[in-house]
Amino acid sequence: MKVKELLFDPILKNNPIALQILGVCSALAVTVQLNQVLIMCLALTFVCAFSSLFVSIIRNHVPSSIRIIIQMTIIASMVILVNEFLKAFAYDVSKSMAVYVGLIITNCIVMGRTEGFAMKNGPISSFLDGIGNGLGYSFILIVVGVFRELLGSGKLMGFTILPLVRDGGWYPSNGLMVLSPSAFFIIGFIIWGIRVYYPDQMEESN
Amino acid sequence: MKTILVAFILCLFCSAIVSTTAVTLRPMQEMNVEIDKKKNVLRASGEVFSETDNIIDVFNNIITTVQIDMDTGSVVSELSKDDSKIEVEIPRELDVGSLSTRKKYVEIYLKKDSSGKIQNIILPIASKGLWSTMLGFIALESDAKTVTGFSYYKHGETPGLGGEVDNPKWKAQWIGKKVFDENGNPKIDVTKNNTGSVHEIDALSGATITGDGVENSMMYWLSAHGYGKFLDKVKQGVL
Repeated sequence: MKVKELLFDPILKNNPIALQILGVCSALAVTVQLNQVLIMCLALTFVCAFSSLFVSIIRNHVPSSIRIIIQMTIIASMVILVNEFLKAFAYDVSKSMAVYVGLIITNCIVMGRTEGFAMKNGPISSFLDGIGNGLGYSFILIVVGVFRELLGSGKLMGFTILPLVRDGGWYPSNGLMVLSPSAFFIIGFIIWGIRVYYPDQMEESN
Repeated sequence: MKTILVAFILCLFCSAIVSTTAVTLRPMQEMNVEIDKKKNVLRASGEVFSETDNIIDVFNNIITTVQIDMDTGSVVSELSKDDSKIEVEIPRELDVGSLSTRKKYVEIYLKKDSSGKIQNIILPIASKGLWSTMLGFIALESDAKTVTGFSYYKHGETPGLGGEVDNPKWKAQWIGKKVFDENGNPKIDVTKNNTGSVHEIDALSGATITGDGVENSMMYWLSAHGYGKFLDKVKQGVL
């Protein structure tokens, strides 16, 4: 497969959230503020890429009876690394993210890529596939994050864009956008949009 | 056989990487926590400082750390390492903050003006929120009743909802509130229906349980089992 396909197909054509419907939980949890979204995307892309790389390197030596737990061990180690680095170099962000960085371990996208792709492909394509899926995840999260922070608290990256009524501005904040369910609606709209553009992604009706 | 070997080598390898990183980065992480804690003591005290200041110098210039014995409320001058670790069980009926234990000797902070007179008393507080134990400080005026600052330095509440306990605007409304009623009992209410009394704080939307946790921390730490005895002494002018 070509580099371009590996990197950019997961953004629209084969998006892990929009088509495979994986990793939705964290898309609900960390999308209230855009700066958290960006850190989460970086962390997930890093974990996804390097877990795929390492799983792919040892894929021919992994007995199939313990392959899942081996993948989990690698993913968990990567997540701990990211978490430790955040605590040392970006303390304030890591404090506001609390448990969610650690929860990347349970993100189905990472495991889906190691089991579904890295176990069958070479290290370089696996690494690119990891980055590509990280980008696909990031794309959805950033869109959701922009809507939620802008409409929910009138800000982007902490800077006021729409001055809120309660601070003397004109914008009445949308309380729903601060709560997790709003991410469901936004993701739903994104999926709708993508499927109108790529009709082959539509599921057959029963 | 190969299964066990692969599993063993992988675990060895991963644990080596993880533990090396953890040990190498620990001094930086501890430094971050220390600076963050000092910043929060300063913030709770109402001291204005910039992010570029050397926080530790600023802290040492204006804040004095003292240990108090929670059971008697008196200041302890010397404390051995073992003493500072003693934990006391909190009787269940008093344990509104769901903490189950607290330290017997607690470190508190005093902000003094240039003449050495005490301006603020800064007390560490803790209680359970929705997800986490929330750790923070409350600063009182030297009358031991009026709040001059309130700030959490560690919690794991939902970002954007309960996590808004860190919001400067929310914290600002604590200033000037009275934490005791006329009879000297702790009284503070985190409520949706704020009538504007000196005991009431606006609740955070979507964060009822976090708000209850904040209220509970006040109710416990200002009670006689918390800092009550110490604050009584302060009111009598012992400090």
